[in-house]
Amino acid sequence: MTRRRAERIALNTTGVLVFLVMIFPVYWMVSTAFKPGIDVQTFTPKWFPHPATLSNFTDAIHRPYFWQDVKNSVFVVCVVVALSAVLSFLAALALARFRFYGRKAFIVLIIAVQMVPLNALIIPLYIAFSNAPGGTQVNKLTGVVVAYLTFVLPFCIWTLRGFVMGIPQELEEAALVDGCSRFGAFVRILLPLVAPGLVATSIFAFIQAWNEYIIAYVFLSSPEKQTLTVWLANFTTNRGTAWGSLMAGATLTALPVVAFFVIVHRKIAFGLTAGGVKG
Amino acid sequence: MADVSFDRATRIYPGTEAPAVDALELEIPDGEFMVLVGPSGSGKTTALRMLAGLEEVDAGAVLIGGRDVTDLPAKERDVAMVFQNYALYPYLSVAANIGFPLKIAHVKKSERERRVREAAELLGLVDYLARKPGQLSGGQRQRVAMGRAIVREPSVFLMDEPLSNLDAKLRVQMRADIAALQDRLGTTTVYVTHDQAEAMTLGDRVAVMKDGRLQQCDEPRVLYERPVNTFVAGFIGSPAMNLCTLPCSNGAVSFGGSRIPVPAGNGEVVVGLRPESLELAGEGLPAEVQVVEELGADAYVFCASALGRLVARTEAKRAPARGERVALRPVAEEAHLFDAGGERVSGIDH
Ligand SMILES: Nc1ncnc2c1ncn2[C@@H]1O[C@H](COP(=O)(O)OP(=O)(O)O)[C@@H](O)[C@H]1O
Ligand SMILES: [Mg+2]
Repeated sequence: MTRRRAERIALNTTGVLVFLVMIFPVYWMVSTAFKPGIDVQTFTPKWFPHPATLSNFTDAIHRPYFWQDVKNSVFVVCVVVALSAVLSFLAALALARFRFYGRKAFIVLIIAVQMVPLNALIIPLYIAFSNAPGGTQVNKLTGVVVAYLTFVLPFCIWTLRGFVMGIPQELEEAALVDGCSRFGAFVRILLPLVAPGLVATSIFAFIQAWNEYIIAYVFLSSPEKQTLTVWLANFTTNRGTAWGSLMAGATLTALPVVAFFVIVHRKIAFGLTAGGVKG
Repeated sequence: MADVSFDRATRIYPGTEAPAVDALELEIPDGEFMVLVGPSGSGKTTALRMLAGLEEVDAGAVLIGGRDVTDLPAKERDVAMVFQNYALYPYLSVAANIGFPLKIAHVKKSERERRVREAAELLGLVDYLARKPGQLSGGQRQRVAMGRAIVREPSVFLMDEPLSNLDAKLRVQMRADIAALQDRLGTTTVYVTHDQAEAMTLGDRVAVMKDGRLQQCDEPRVLYERPVNTFVAGFIGSPAMNLCTLPCSNGAVSFGGSRIPVPAGNGEVVVGLRPESLELAGEGLPAEVQVVEELGADAYVFCASALGRLVARTEAKRAPARGERVALRPVAEEAHLFDAGGERVSGIDH
């Protein structure tokens, strides 16, 4: 056996181990969701959901506010993804293509904001939102949307700025000479080229907004206004936790993220700029 | 079609002191092929971009067809530009790239397809219309960039070193193609290059720039025969003109024993001798041959002498060997004379 082969086997084994460690909780969640109540907590763990049942799913779906909270989550996610895409594209253009007073400071600020732990922001955000001009934004989905944007946007802007800077400026200049307006050049020439970046940042925004718990939990107090992650917490009561139904609910909650990623990740076609300029 | 003029146009980049283009005065009549040439950093690209509307004009004005376009955006100037690195739209096919300016101008689809096809036929791109730029060779990309420029029938073509990314053979061929194309279309063209040979072969007139300033603008022949200063003298022609600073006395300078008359003045003059104006002779300035460059019928002989490195042209048959000691004699009536400041001394003409 050659050395290279041994190395490869070692690397592959490590890879498989890491994969197993990561996939196991997901597997446990899904398999628990299919187990009848009696099998959920046993002294000798049951590795396979056998016999399998769908009763956990029916139970979860029929819990109060499930569909209402699905709607809430979908609303929040759609608005956050759409707004973050538009705003971060425009901001990234400004940062990458225009020189203006305070540009450097703004870039530093974007990085600095991402360093602040989210938990430290919750109380200030809560106070600010409850005193918002035009009425309190606490216990409103719009308030949660704005709160999510505060930590989704910096990352999106930073990432997209990198994408925009990687596109040769001559392409836009060619479009200007060919008769486009400045904004026309951005939309016709730059937008298709940063599309992979927009897909990447949208996935990020989607996952963040869909999975976020703390802000939603603190800001949204009425059950008909909560999002799915907060709804999941309702499975834990002071009489104990309904693990089977909780796992069924969690599985259902995870599905849209997986679906979104599968649909959208094909669009990440890197190397799209190849051949535009020399080389 | 239109004439172009720079009226003391100046560009100072923010954060820099020296102007990148300094009070450029240039009149380009309708239909002329004008070449801007100069070493790297001399402001050629900046001047072209000022004309295109991609760079601000800090002072002076730029006119196209008699219209002051100094403050007009690029899209309202009716110019087309070929960029040094082609700047093709990578996700569009060749046909869509060429047709892009027409699409922006809302030209009808059938009309657009006809004109794209015409341009493609002219440039030999018909077989590649469906390809993406990434699937083309350098020369083909260059043609697509040309196609995108000509399809609109603009009043002025601007080209920024369009051939500099091509290999030598293709460059010479494309040079001829561009000259033929411009001749046929008759569109006013401003062409930027750092290659003096390219400038001399392409330009109806050539403008030589240095440090943002126009040195001389004239027909290639005149630039070669009557350079206004030592910079132009040294820049135009290959190998470069021999320039020697010599003391002047009694209305003449002595070059290795040969007398070269100087019309006026005393002190120092710069004597410029093209390689063909320097002969290998029985007696003259002693020199040692360092390199001999054979070019078929002729040979350039690079020598070290008391006046520095000198180049002489000779018949290849009579070329000396490396290391040989030779004598160089100037053809006095072909000498160019410049004053100590580098300006041409007026009063002598050949
Ligand atoms: N965007 C810019 N900002 C500052 N200085 C620049 C910029 N572009 C060019 N320059 C400077 O302007 C001068 C002329 O540049 P350029 O027009 O590109 O020269 P050329 O095309 O003749 O090589 C150079 O000294 C260059 O460093
Ligand atoms: Mg240049």
